Amino acid sequence: MLVVIIFLEDEAFLKDTLIQVDYRFEDVAGVRSGLSDVSYLADDGIAGIVYLADRLAKPVLIEGPAGTGKTQLAKSVAEMSGARLIRLQCYEGLDESKALYEWNYKKQLLRIQAENETRDWNEIEDDLFSEDFLLSRPLLEAIRAEEPVVLLIDEVDRVEIETEALLLEILSEYQVSIPELGTVVGNQVPLVFLTSNGTRELSEALKRRCLYLYIDYPDLEREREIINAKIPGMDENLADQIARIVRSIRQLDLKKHPSVSETLDWAKTLLLLGIEKIDADVATETANVLLKYRSDIEKATKEFADNPDSIEEAEEEGAA
Amino acid sequence: MSSTRELNESTHAEGQESPLLELLNGFIVELRLAGLPVSLTESLDAMEAVSHIPIEDRDAFKYALGATLVKNYSHWKSFEVVFEVYFSIRGSEYEIQENELENLTGDEVGETEYQQGEAPSGGGAMSGLSPEELQEMLFRALLNGDQAMLRLLARQSVIRYAGMEPGRPVGGTYYLYRTLRNLDLDSMLDRLMDQSREQALSDLTQLEERLEQDEYKNRIEELKKQIESEIRRSLVADRGVEAMARTLRKPLPEDVDFMHASREEMANLRRSLYPLTRKLAARLARRRKYGRRGPLDFRKTIRHSLSYGGVPAEPKFKYPRPSKPEIMVVADISGSVAAFARFTLHLLYAISSQFSKVRSFVFIDGLDEVTRFLEGVEDIGEAVHRVNTEADVVWVDGHSDYGHAFGVFWEKYGKDIGPKTTVLILGDARNNYHASQSWILKEAHHKARKLYWLNPEPRAYWDTGDSILGEYATYCDGAYEVRNLRQLEAFIEKLV
Repeated sequence: MLVVIIFLEDEAFLKDTLIQVDYRFEDVAGVRSGLSDVSYLADDGIAGIVYLADRLAKPVLIEGPAGTGKTQLAKSVAEMSGARLIRLQCYEGLDESKALYEWNYKKQLLRIQAENETRDWNEIEDDLFSEDFLLSRPLLEAIRAEEPVVLLIDEVDRVEIETEALLLEILSEYQVSIPELGTVVGNQVPLVFLTSNGTRELSEALKRRCLYLYIDYPDLEREREIINAKIPGMDENLADQIARIVRSIRQLDLKKHPSVSETLDWAKTLLLLGIEKIDADVATETANVLLKYRSDIEKATKEFADNPDSIEEAEEEGAA
Repeated sequence: MSSTRELNESTHAEGQESPLLELLNGFIVELRLAGLPVSLTESLDAMEAVSHIPIEDRDAFKYALGATLVKNYSHWKSFEVVFEVYFSIRGSEYEIQENELENLTGDEVGETEYQQGEAPSGGGAMSGLSPEELQEMLFRALLNGDQAMLRLLARQSVIRYAGMEPGRPVGGTYYLYRTLRNLDLDSMLDRLMDQSREQALSDLTQLEERLEQDEYKNRIEELKKQIESEIRRSLVADRGVEAMARTLRKPLPEDVDFMHASREEMANLRRSLYPLTRKLAARLARRRKYGRRGPLDFRKTIRHSLSYGGVPAEPKFKYPRPSKPEIMVVADISGSVAAFARFTLHLLYAISSQFSKVRSFVFIDGLDEVTRFLEGVEDIGEAVHRVNTEADVVWVDGHSDYGHAFGVFWEKYGKDIGPKTTVLILGDARNNYHASQSWILKEAHHKARKLYWLNPEPRAYWDTGDSILGEYATYCDGAYEVRNLRQLEAFIEKLV
């Protein structure tokens, strides 16, 4: 019970320290229509969690297969709310000097050389570690920004588990502790999105601080809408056929299932080729836009081809 | 934009007892009992989250709870089941259905030339239907993909066919089976296909036919799910929430035993294997760039000092070369570990796609190298099939003989074990009372970097009957019980 009390006090304290901000979104439907205005078609789950993220002032951790619009969601939310998007791309070996802040060594050095003769060392030292010599990296920049900001921490599963700890303070308290300066408290609570492709399990500590959103492949209905929304001039019937074929392909046991972006590529290809109706030949000829492994292409053509001849033709073409 | 954060002074956090809070508490306790790791912070978040969401909106309510309580997609299914059990009776679903019913009896049902005078509550509207008429309505609903109608029909079929009796101690699967048998959905699919062939102006191409079929299959699948949750709902009403939740508890994917995994569970396991092997790769090649510094790189330091006016402010270090791990995996694929062997082969395949130097061996009483089947093959099914049919693993009678298999291994491939090699042995060490030949492991242990044994049997069974793991384990760097993904993951963590 003691733990609970401490926690609650902590949270109350937190709420006091934060600058009062108006909520960004009125209701879930508002989020949804706002997103569809910037041509991102969200389902109820997605819109609901974006809405909650704003209300609870919590980051959103987005997982799901590649190419289902995880990063795009953050971009679209930024676009819809007119906020600046600050993006931190994660990679193996990312450290605090790239993610949080760094001291501008060169400027510090020049300062020392310039003032060496005239001033007392203690004075110079005080100056050296002031904001003038601080280089803001994306995370610090996001909380110090004056204007509304959406922070995107992309592919967070790529950093080592030890580096994840860097994110914890900023994600839960929206502040950064710099040893020489003290704690920098943010001007605002930005909307934060973290994406992960699930190559490794993220730490419990990180997950606990986030709302969790899993974006799967869209269902038939939504995929069709996405095609229609993203590709103007698309024939409704063709879009329907595309969505249905893609759904059937996703039910096969493949190495890599076609993503939404690949569906869109395929739809564009078909549009450029001036095709009005997909038959087996068209599907086999253009399958390489949708599928990226030879074994997958073979499997899919085998499933959908009218007769075995066309597979051989396709294979010959592939070989040529 | 009317309210500010300040307004959100959380009343619920002060421990006000409301029915919703109590319900949520029970729900969270049940999630924990089902094995989901729900922390205190997360449950508080959930409570705050639902205060922003109208509870009448069931979907939004579900997503709000899901986003705050479930942080792992593989747990989502367990969550859904518990959610359904807990909120099925309390949800407003029933009322919705009745409204729908009233609307439906007006237009949709009329379409099927069935006229019903009044619209009583529940599924009563349809109770006057003959079985044939019900089938016909089902057929129409499936053909048109009419969601609301399907939900209604699912309800009606459960009332009619499941034969549920209060207090009867049978599981939901029994009722499900009875309902589905009466509906005969297989012939329904054929009928649907015939219908769309008729409707088509010209002959359907194979592609079109396939797409139609997939569409109908999906709808039938949807119907089955409706029926299933309908049954569950009735059971909850009969037996109470807690009892029902208890009977529905299933192990989480990471706790599923390899030896007893069902087909569906196996497919899930396979999917989780790839991230794990990637992790294994990272652990074994642990001398990575990050965090481990080599000797000072003089040239680089000087070059960098130029930008600091000649002061070598930032010393640069050489990166040690990451060592390339060599792995030899020796796996038992005999009958006693048959289910595990299926999994083993997938594991082998996953490992060999991650490392450049992996050699895989399988044995029963003979031993054969199967690296060639697994490497560069893109289709796992084919690779497994080739291993099972082409590998020469039977020496005498096809009962495992670890001693002989190790003998062959040592004789043929022992010289390839070097100081960089990690040897993994997978098997239950049930040797059918043959000679153990454990000296081979002793020798291999001396030559190799590490030697590990992974056993799919529970630790309590080790060294019972013909299992001689204890004897082998003396010469291993470690012997581990690996019966589920959680344990496999724990083993990989230990490799550091």
